[in-house]
Amino acid sequence: MVDKTAQSGGEAAAEPPDTTPAQADERIREVSAMTKILRRPELGAIAGLILVTVFFLITANANMFTLAGIMNFMAPAAQLGILAIGAALLMVGGEFDLSVGSMVAFAGLVFGTCLVVLGIPLPGAIVITFIVAGAMGALNGQIVLRTGLPSFIVTLAFLFILRGMTLVGLKWATGGSTQLRGVKEAVEGSWLAGFFSGDALEGLFAWFASMGWVDTFKNGLPKVQGVPVEVIWFVIFAAVATWVLVRTRFGNWIFAAGGDANAARNSGVAVNRVKTILFILTACCAALVAILTVLDAGSTDARRGFQKEFEAIIAAVIGGCLLTGGYGSAIGAAIGAVIFGMVLIGLTYTTIDQDWYLVFLGGMLLTAVLFNNFIRKRATGER
Amino acid sequence: MTDNSSTNGASNGAANGSDVLIDVRDVVKHFGSVIALNGVSMAVNRGQVLCLLGDNGAGKSTLIKTLAGVHKPTAGEFRVEGRAVDFNSPRDALDAGIATVYQDLAMIPLMSVTRNFFMGREPVKRLGPFRFINFDEADKTTREEMQKIGIDVRDPQQAVGTLSGGERQCVAIARAVYFGAKVLILDEPTSALGVAQTSMVLKYVDQVRNKGLGVIFITHNVRHAMAVGDRFTVLNRGKTLGNFARDEINMDELQNLMAGGKELQQLSASLGGTV
Ligand SMILES: Nc1ncnc2c1ncn2[C@@H]1O[C@H](COP(=O)(O)OP(=O)(O)OP(=O)(O)O)[C@@H](O)[C@H]1O
Ligand SMILES: [Mg+2]
Repeated sequence: MVDKTAQSGGEAAAEPPDTTPAQADERIREVSAMTKILRRPELGAIAGLILVTVFFLITANANMFTLAGIMNFMAPAAQLGILAIGAALLMVGGEFDLSVGSMVAFAGLVFGTCLVVLGIPLPGAIVITFIVAGAMGALNGQIVLRTGLPSFIVTLAFLFILRGMTLVGLKWATGGSTQLRGVKEAVEGSWLAGFFSGDALEGLFAWFASMGWVDTFKNGLPKVQGVPVEVIWFVIFAAVATWVLVRTRFGNWIFAAGGDANAARNSGVAVNRVKTILFILTACCAALVAILTVLDAGSTDARRGFQKEFEAIIAAVIGGCLLTGGYGSAIGAAIGAVIFGMVLIGLTYTTIDQDWYLVFLGGMLLTAVLFNNFIRKRATGER
Repeated sequence: MTDNSSTNGASNGAANGSDVLIDVRDVVKHFGSVIALNGVSMAVNRGQVLCLLGDNGAGKSTLIKTLAGVHKPTAGEFRVEGRAVDFNSPRDALDAGIATVYQDLAMIPLMSVTRNFFMGREPVKRLGPFRFINFDEADKTTREEMQKIGIDVRDPQQAVGTLSGGERQCVAIARAVYFGAKVLILDEPTSALGVAQTSMVLKYVDQVRNKGLGVIFITHNVRHAMAVGDRFTVLNRGKTLGNFARDEINMDELQNLMAGGKELQQLSASLGGTV
């Protein structure tokens, strides 16, 4: 239909005898806004977010959407979101990592052991945790790439290996317990702790309070003292990941590697390098979440990150990632994680039995997959 | 910038004395126990179209994949502009100026035309420490290059999956030409095309040759080969059956050589000369 308007517009304009160049320019016309919107992979996630928001606006206690309520659901959303964005990039690159949940526990063990057992200062412990996690990610990647086995199976193996190693390691580090305590004491007074625990932007919120823009206690302190640091990490990571995926050469290579690894290789894309980096990145996301949550809790235990791999993949799928790779969105996965957080925490603001949570998520996943499938077929003309 | 490098490559090539771009001698390629190539020799000159003919399974695709750095030859010599080369990846071949359009198209259906066009060689813009793809320029270039071969991509952001098979082939060729400085390899580019698009591709091949590039054109169709070919190399069961200049051979002889002789002639006769 847009074709016709373009052509009739041209005829009406001047009808020059030699129309070739003029026509050529004219065919460069705006694509309909609708097509552009339908082409965005995160469309389903945005629709889902609106749906869930409306649902809770109707059913939930008004406190849910106060500043305090929003921070309440954004904190778990951020923790999941960091994992989900990593998972999404890896999925777009054509691979899965089912070991991220166990990796959170394992990285938590490494981090806790460094701090408590070995007495390494916080900066060193953080660096070591990232290095160990990154090395495990690289190992995952190398096994997948060298054997040609599906990453699904290889990382499923690591789901168990890492969880088991965490259990054994915790017992070794604590002398028989599966919980390692004393992290808070170990990081006491470290200048770096503020970047990985507590709230950020406290000054800003205090200023907001002094201006009377946010709710305050009687003594003038704001009720919400700041934004949890994980939310800041999440927002920054979501922005950077989106930019990298959509706008950079590396992003194009991620799409290419996941879309058709062979075709990408033949065009000069370093597919193996891209995939290895993505595996390392996913593992580092798990390490970051481990550091954030361990510092928050002051301890680490064997159940940390339990089943997070599934939640991360579900958030990525809600965010528009195809299970077959080559298509998806980082910001979509972030939105998917926010939906998760809203549903998880939101139900506590309603009279609905919280055990509906899992039903809700399963339904959401199914709807998202069907929706994404339909949209993708329309927008990409897949036949 | 990518643009610059390709033009540089072309002019360097022109300044170079010798006319032989690619020289292949006795290339052997085994896949495990399968002998795909068993001593193939051929040469491609500047400003010439070499047609590579042969029946299904003769080893044409395997040969060009070794030239393109996808496969490593088991044995044999391979020179580009007189220098012996040893490609470890398609990237090496691309950097040496050998651009290939594969039979199983190297296009990714879910990605946009622009993203496909520049895949592996994205035009990058710098902003301080950040480097990102210059999509305005990429879209513009894609549209222009496609226009040159007569395909009007109205929206370069549309997915390649929405294009027709012929249009996809043309994106692949336009891309190869845009980046392929010295040698363009086309593996059965016309096999999926209709009449109009075929003649367009053949015209385009002619245009490319006149620019001074060497072209390796693989086809089953002798008519298409005779339309553009300067030289003909016939493969059969992994061996070179013969190298011919255009005036040394005619269409029928070529046809017979390709099919290994008599049978086809008989078939052709019984079908009233339609093969
Ligand atoms: N990767 C591979 N592994 C094993 N055998 C292979 C491989 N690639 C090609 N072959 C074999 O090598 C032989 C030559 O194949 P090739 O694809 O080069 O033929 P072709 O001349 O391009 O045929 P067509 O005209 O059908 O495209 C075939 O017998 C094929 O089965
Ligand atoms: Mg072939």
